[in-house]
Amino acid sequence: MSEPREITYAQAVREALRQAMQRDPQVFLLGEDIGVYGGAFGVTDGLLDEFGSERVRDTPLSEAVIAGTAIGAAVTGMRPVAEIQFMDFITLAMEQLVLQAAKMRYMFGGKARVPMVLRTPAGSGTGAAAQHSESLEAWFVHVPGLKVVMPSTPYDAKGLLLAAIADDNPVIFIEHKLLYKTKGFVPEEYYTLPLATSEIKRKGKDLTLIATSVLVARALEAATQLAQEGIEIEIIDPRTLKPLDTAAMIQSVCKTGKALVVHEAPMTGGFGGEIVAQLCASEAFDFLDAPIRRLAGLDVPIPYNRELEKRAVPQVADIVREARALVRGEY
Amino acid sequence: MTEHIDLEQSLHMYEQMAKIRAFEEKVNELYKSAKMPGLAHLYSGEEAVAVGVCEALKRDDYITSTHRGHGHCLAKGAKVDRMFAELLGKEAGYCRGKGGSMHIADPDSGNLGANAIVGGSMGIATGAAMSAKMRKSGQVAVCFFGDGALGQGLFYEVANMAALWKLPVIYVCENNLYGEYTHHTETAAGEFIARAQAFGIHTEIVDGQDVHAVYATMQKLVERARRGEGPAFLQCNTYRYYGHHVGDINRAYYRAKDEEADWRANRDPLTILATRLIAQKLTDASVIARIDAEVNAEVETGVAFALDAPFPDVREVNEDVYA
Repeated sequence: MSEPREITYAQAVREALRQAMQRDPQVFLLGEDIGVYGGAFGVTDGLLDEFGSERVRDTPLSEAVIAGTAIGAAVTGMRPVAEIQFMDFITLAMEQLVLQAAKMRYMFGGKARVPMVLRTPAGSGTGAAAQHSESLEAWFVHVPGLKVVMPSTPYDAKGLLLAAIADDNPVIFIEHKLLYKTKGFVPEEYYTLPLATSEIKRKGKDLTLIATSVLVARALEAATQLAQEGIEIEIIDPRTLKPLDTAAMIQSVCKTGKALVVHEAPMTGGFGGEIVAQLCASEAFDFLDAPIRRLAGLDVPIPYNRELEKRAVPQVADIVREARALVRGEY
Repeated sequence: MTEHIDLEQSLHMYEQMAKIRAFEEKVNELYKSAKMPGLAHLYSGEEAVAVGVCEALKRDDYITSTHRGHGHCLAKGAKVDRMFAELLGKEAGYCRGKGGSMHIADPDSGNLGANAIVGGSMGIATGAAMSAKMRKSGQVAVCFFGDGALGQGLFYEVANMAALWKLPVIYVCENNLYGEYTHHTETAAGEFIARAQAFGIHTEIVDGQDVHAVYATMQKLVERARRGEGPAFLQCNTYRYYGHHVGDINRAYYRAKDEEADWRANRDPLTILATRLIAQKLTDASVIARIDAEVNAEVETGVAFALDAPFPDVREVNEDVYA
């Protein structure tokens, strides 16, 4: 492998799309303003020039048919990668994804394959308010037949997206708007990361912190601050929510005896509840010496005002406070 | 329409229609005798649509079907025995017993599946057409749906996209007058075809009880789709003899018994074709009777096979969620 360069998360996603399209003529892109405009966040910038309008398709503002035609193309031999401009808009395609894409193979007794990826940027932090800031991953995790991927770094984004495109199932690939400009080391070559492996993002002995997407970066920042107080946090990123790899987190909790689960989506019915349940049902339960805590978004729509918006989802200071309290035995 | 009838092909279409009719009568029996669980929506009365449409297709052309889909499946080439096996939830069924009446699929014959969501397959058919165009395969996709599906927003999204991208897809609207239990005049404003025309899509209206008319019109639409001239919308006026589903027995509150009797007596697609062929002295009643007997025997053999066939192992419940 060549020396990894430092590139942004958005560039890593673009590089994955480009390499998938170079390798496999069945791979093509469709979505709203992904061609001429280059995508709402510039992720697909330049791909139209490179691959042409047959393979980089600007669609009408019609999320249901973006999903629907992706399904039809996938089941007849293509490998579509659809973009839903904001995760909020996925609500307009729910029937096609939940009742068609996810169930087709099972309903047909295993006779269909639906190798499609639906990429979408989620999350708050851009001042775009309640209909452009959703984090809806828990909905999709609840649907048998779908896989759900949520990368937190440029390296993970590229390897997981290439794996998602090569996968023969419908994959919901959730990017985060605030991560697009973050940088990380990424190999130039084609590589895939398995869609079922979590990763320990930081080693520590005092607390296991399980975080997803942008909250991984905030957790790392919190961990740096807490290290100055002598508190060492272990941070685990599931990376793929479905299928979920629980081995590392269970092992970690057996070691630390404490667990904090952090995500941006609202607490109630959020994916964190599933992680807590899995930990409680595992051998880690016997090692717990404090209640497992969750730190998640408030049960509110994302507000417009900057300060209210920050208050609605966990920030670095919230993680520091919660982790410290847990480690100090305050719960 | 009838001046250049190819007898062999006409008899084949008669056979296909008779097979669907016999199949559906048997399904009704199975349901009434509690041998079949769930829901079934019978296609009896509408046979000329599925058969006329599918006769104009090649085996590798695609169709997507509906909750009232047995006729489409059989017309596209599915076998009676495995169809019955699926309806009875057997391992030998087209979906190994996991799909049932409303989800029968047979990709080997181009059938991308029945669909229990009204209008739900419109995106799939349109995507299959996009895929065919990208692969330059020459295939076309046919999307069957009922008049009730015109109430779904997805139609307007797919029609727009198919027209913009000149996709080889034919939207076949089976207008059987009723969406579930309500006459279309109460649920669909304006003309059906005007919806497609608004997108510049080529439209045709055809007597859906006349298999020759459906076939001849469909042939034109398939040819223009293969030539790259884009999508079409075909409205087939037809009638379902039974209720919305097999349990919908007493229907007088939403449609008159006289209306049902009139369609059966005067607009039956099998009778129309048989009468025409006999009147033109192309065949005689004994040939028609022989075909009826053959398809009845096929249906009896098929249902016997399905009744005897084993259920899938319950451990299969976890299989085929993911590839």
